[in-house]
Amino acid sequence: MTGVRSIFLFVLLFFAYETSLARADVGKNEEFSEALLLRPLPDRKVLAHFHFQSTVPPTNSYGRHHHLFPKSIYQLVQKFHLREMELSFTQGRWNYERWGGYDPISSSNAKPPGVELWAVFDVPQHQVDASWKNLTHALSGLFCASINFLEHSTAYSTPEWSFRSSGGYLKYGTLPREAVCTENLTPWLKLLPCRDKAGLSTLMDRPSIYRGYYHSQRLHLTSNEFDSNGLISGVVLDQTLTIVLQPNIKGTGAIFSSGSTLQPSWSLSSLFGRKVGERCVLSKSSNVYVQLEQNLVSQLIKLGNDDKGSHHEVDISQNFVGDRGFAISIPPDRQIREVDRFDTGSLSILHQFSVENYSDLKPFDLEFRWKLPLVWSCRQAPLSVSRYLMGSGNERGSIAISLKSTRTSECMQNADSGASECWLRVDIFQVVPWYVKVYYHTLKVFIDERFQTVANAVERMHVVPSEDKVSPGVMELTLKLPCGVRSAALTVEFDKGFLHIDEYPPDANQGFDIPSAVVVFGDFETSIQFADDDYLHNIPLLSKLQEKSRVVSYTEVLLVPLTTPDFSMPYNVITITCTVFALYFGSLLNALRRRVGEEGRLLKTKATKETGKLSSLLARLSAKLRGKPWEPPEQSSSSASFFNRKLILKVLLVAGLAVAWQYYSG
Amino acid sequence: MAEKEPVKSKPRPIIRLGLFLMSHSLLVSVVCCTAGILALLLLPVLAKNTYISENALMPGSASPMLSSDDVSEASRFVDKILSLDSSSASLGIEIPRLIKQHITALGGEVNYHEFRSQLNTFRPLQFFASPDPGIIQENSSCMSYGLNTVGIIRAPRGDGKEAIVIVTPYNSRKVTAGEALSLGIGYSVFSLLTRVTWLAKDIIWLASDSQYGEYAGVAAWLREYHTPFFGGLGKLHSEICCEPSGFSEFETDAILETGISDTFRHAGTMAAALVIKVADSSSEFEKDALSIYAEASNGQMPNLDLVNIVNYLAVHGQNLRVKVEKIQSFLHSWWLRGLGGLFESLGKLARSLNPQWSFGISIAEYVEGSATLASSLYNQALGVPTGPHGAFRDYQVDAITMEFSRQLSPGYRNRQTEFLMRGGRLVEGVVRSVNNLLEKFHQSFFLYLLTSPNRFVSVGVYMIAFALLVAPLPMVAASLFSDASKLGSMNEQSTSGPFSKPALKFRSWKWLHAARTVLIVQFWGAFMTLLPYFYCHIPNSSPMTRLLIWIVLLIISLLLLWLNLGSIFSHGNNTQSQRTQWAYLKSVTIAAAFTGLCLMSVINFATAEIGALLLVPMCLMTVPMKLKGWTLRTSMQVACNLVLTFLGFPPVAFVVLKGALKGFDSISIGEFWTWMEALWEWNSATYVYICMVHLPCWVLCILTLLHPC
Repeated sequence: MTGVRSIFLFVLLFFAYETSLARADVGKNEEFSEALLLRPLPDRKVLAHFHFQSTVPPTNSYGRHHHLFPKSIYQLVQKFHLREMELSFTQGRWNYERWGGYDPISSSNAKPPGVELWAVFDVPQHQVDASWKNLTHALSGLFCASINFLEHSTAYSTPEWSFRSSGGYLKYGTLPREAVCTENLTPWLKLLPCRDKAGLSTLMDRPSIYRGYYHSQRLHLTSNEFDSNGLISGVVLDQTLTIVLQPNIKGTGAIFSSGSTLQPSWSLSSLFGRKVGERCVLSKSSNVYVQLEQNLVSQLIKLGNDDKGSHHEVDISQNFVGDRGFAISIPPDRQIREVDRFDTGSLSILHQFSVENYSDLKPFDLEFRWKLPLVWSCRQAPLSVSRYLMGSGNERGSIAISLKSTRTSECMQNADSGASECWLRVDIFQVVPWYVKVYYHTLKVFIDERFQTVANAVERMHVVPSEDKVSPGVMELTLKLPCGVRSAALTVEFDKGFLHIDEYPPDANQGFDIPSAVVVFGDFETSIQFADDDYLHNIPLLSKLQEKSRVVSYTEVLLVPLTTPDFSMPYNVITITCTVFALYFGSLLNALRRRVGEEGRLLKTKATKETGKLSSLLARLSAKLRGKPWEPPEQSSSSASFFNRKLILKVLLVAGLAVAWQYYSG
Repeated sequence: MAEKEPVKSKPRPIIRLGLFLMSHSLLVSVVCCTAGILALLLLPVLAKNTYISENALMPGSASPMLSSDDVSEASRFVDKILSLDSSSASLGIEIPRLIKQHITALGGEVNYHEFRSQLNTFRPLQFFASPDPGIIQENSSCMSYGLNTVGIIRAPRGDGKEAIVIVTPYNSRKVTAGEALSLGIGYSVFSLLTRVTWLAKDIIWLASDSQYGEYAGVAAWLREYHTPFFGGLGKLHSEICCEPSGFSEFETDAILETGISDTFRHAGTMAAALVIKVADSSSEFEKDALSIYAEASNGQMPNLDLVNIVNYLAVHGQNLRVKVEKIQSFLHSWWLRGLGGLFESLGKLARSLNPQWSFGISIAEYVEGSATLASSLYNQALGVPTGPHGAFRDYQVDAITMEFSRQLSPGYRNRQTEFLMRGGRLVEGVVRSVNNLLEKFHQSFFLYLLTSPNRFVSVGVYMIAFALLVAPLPMVAASLFSDASKLGSMNEQSTSGPFSKPALKFRSWKWLHAARTVLIVQFWGAFMTLLPYFYCHIPNSSPMTRLLIWIVLLIISLLLLWLNLGSIFSHGNNTQSQRTQWAYLKSVTIAAAFTGLCLMSVINFATAEIGALLLVPMCLMTVPMKLKGWTLRTSMQVACNLVLTFLGFPPVAFVVLKGALKGFDSISIGEFWTWMEALWEWNSATYVYICMVHLPCWVLCILTLLHPC
């Protein structure tokens, strides 16, 4: 008994030692962490953002054998010398107007529909294209998607500076029509050490996550394996899944005196249909966060003030959670507050819940219940972007990108506000497939509904015209708008090209896609700064939120109807060409072969031999056609009767065949 | 015998055939014209049943989801609209506001679209150009603003590349019960579609203001959608203008949409559009009825599949009685009945010969079919859209107007919800079907005539009639020309002897005089086309006076022309050359008519068809009145000519046709002018056809008739 106990103790001690060792060697070992961020959205929906991070130290210090880090990704990095790569699969559109466009989550996780892939390579310039091609094929196999269509040079482009500065090592491609399904999610989950068997990823019940209003699965990879000064961790793989879900609207019929209805309450089990049983034991941390946005917090504070008077303010602002506006079923382990840098008044709050103490028997199920109806709005990007086609018909049209100010004063403060000259810089990156022939000289800029010359309004511009069947057209430009701008618009005209018959995709009559334009607000950086705490930096999700990132918006995908041939046409074309050729060559041969003299002699001999009733009839008819009086030829031959019999036989045969046909087919 | 005559090179068979046809042109033209008219009359018999060509549509494969909750909600919405004080001046704002509130409550995006009433004006130079960004009239007053309300549902999992449009026109100044019901149908469908999960295309609900006509509001919105105007002066003006009329209030009630609530919203390429209307008059049938209007400008039709799915779902899904427009007076005409009887008996005869030949249709079917066909043909020929859906076709969007009419019965209240349920479910079914589409409509026919909601005549069949009608024209022209040139050469040979080669050389240039005449008359036609553009601005003139002005101008210009052209009649001094002159003239006239008709058949087939019916006999028959002595035959011919030429004058043709269809007592001459004005306001190609093809040919025929020979 004592032996057993001592062994047990030993094992325990060993594990304790192991874990302490692991902690001591932070940055040297592989690490995995998981987190889920939930955020109620103003339009009765809930944002769920899963974040998984795996890191591996550099190969030269750690070796090539891994316990946690996915081997396939590591091999990708090794083989293609990736410095950075991002692959996203998205279904649905991010609603910038309602779900916000300024916070770190929306600016880095709102992606265009379909597949977007960009990668920065650490290879000599002339090898970048080859690496990209191989990479697309590798990813295509890994994620069961048609990413290999990005291989062709018409499908990808090289942004110079607008998308992110890279100096020619960055390749960017999108597949707007790629459908996203579970077959893409499963390989993505395979990269996680616990797959979806344990931890937060057990929440990913396929029907519920694909029922959402937005679904974006992203894989982001950074590595400095090949840098000379590899200081930080070797390869960092961030996997995020961002979904917007609509909670069931049961039992929220209560209408309050103000006339507004209560937001639907939700819980993890009602959103996903599952609960978190056990954390993934391999993960360093597994937390669930509930984020309350700035504007929501300010509404809650206002609510508290209205209710209890202003002298309780401090007290209320500490304790309103679970008190007045809403209630959370589990007390949070920690409340993380944003640090005010600009005195904007309201700050967002994160409630942290650790999943570590839960098990299959006592699953973790967070419930969020609204008590009072609240109306708030998300922080918007400084300008809301929309892009649309103008014109109609199959010949030409134009693309318009319109930017409208969201009139949020705080954004304007953030901008570099020189006293008199205040400019707002907007980078626009637009790729256009080659069959949409954009005339870049027709670029027109309207600011506040007034025409501006391009030289006035555009600070920088970089245009790569498309080359037929070789490369797409790329337009990068930086608009320089005055800070008080209300609206701006950008139009470019284009002609619609023709494709070769075998270049048409299936369902060609649907039209052709113009991928999303990327609009980057370069002057704005978004981040949520929390109180300086070392603990927070150890949690990847929070450190991501604290990282400064640029505000990015994607525009809609456009559908250009091109002229499509009638695909049953080849048959018709073959028929008509054959007819035309037959006629043409027939008459040509006739003209070449015939000799007038010969003809006359032939006629003469024929006239002497002219026989038969039918031929005489024909002769009579032809004479009639020629308008000459008909002269009967001499009856001389005896073969007339024979000829007649043959003819009658033929006619009878044909008639018999016709009768038989009629009989049997009927 | 062959040895005796020198061997001539035999012409090619095709040339021989041509020569043969030319030499028998009279017979050929009579046969062809008769066959053409017969083929036209046969069209109802040849009509085929419609079928759904695009497999992806799958109409009716899903059971409707529109529940009674949606409908009762919509019914309440209708009552709210009807209870608004119709006398108050702010009704034009109240209804859009109500719609906006409801759309916002449903979670849809909403915006207003202001537009100016824009008079349709004839723009002769931009006739075939695509719709241009509207030139804004600066002096329009503030009161002339319409207000469309646009609600958009973004498909939850869609990519937003395509959209389906539902249009419910209503008059914001004075909303009728029918319009309120159509808004109710739109609302019920919209509220359902905000919740469904199967949506792949965005939904746009356009509650268009029809105070300046149903078309104007929709067209203005489409113009803004497709060709927005960034210059912006007009917008600023409108903001200033509408401030006092209560727009600032709107900002307060929309708390949800802070900031950008008034921007014009876009939602991808339009896949199809449905215009929903509810007639204020009750249907004459025992059930609720649905009328389908499909004709857009210049005889363009939406894809037949769209008509098919509406018809299929209405008949099989909602048990509605579907009808398309027909000319009522045809239903009681004795001659159609007679013809129908003939075809029926022929069909019976054929069936008795072979049971599989079942092309005969009953008399009633034939009469109905031909009445519908005539209406379809007329509406296409007119080139004026039959409803707001016409505006969509200008942007290559397939659109259709569905007009519901209620069966009036006691128990109005219950009927309203039932009616809303039916209408809503039908619209839902159509939207769902179009939503299934992967590609745009392209499978089925675009060129067709309807003979009933489920029968159609495709272009391959109905062009036979036109081809037969037009076929004799080139032959007659050629034969006239060859006869005249032969006669002329004989004439010259007889006068100047057989050895005058130069005369022979130049005989073929005789027709140039005739061609000059035709050209001048064509120019005159172009002038007449542009004429109303100049004097239509005369204020306070009735259609009658305008018509009189037009006729007077026409006669004056003709007289001037006559004086100018007088020279050509004095050209030939002997009868023989004058004889050839009129033959040349007629030949070139016929050639011009042929060219004009063929060109028109490309632009608007129905116009060409009807035009050929009028023009071909007139052109073929014309012979100078003084040609021969007054025998019975020539006097018959002259009488025929006079009647045909009289009928060929457009106002007369219009009045006679209208009188024949609706009775002569209800007709006034001025109506023709309103009709013409409608044509040129709607930019119809028919107007151009009448002025540039029909009228010149008519004048040339008169010239031939009056030819002094």
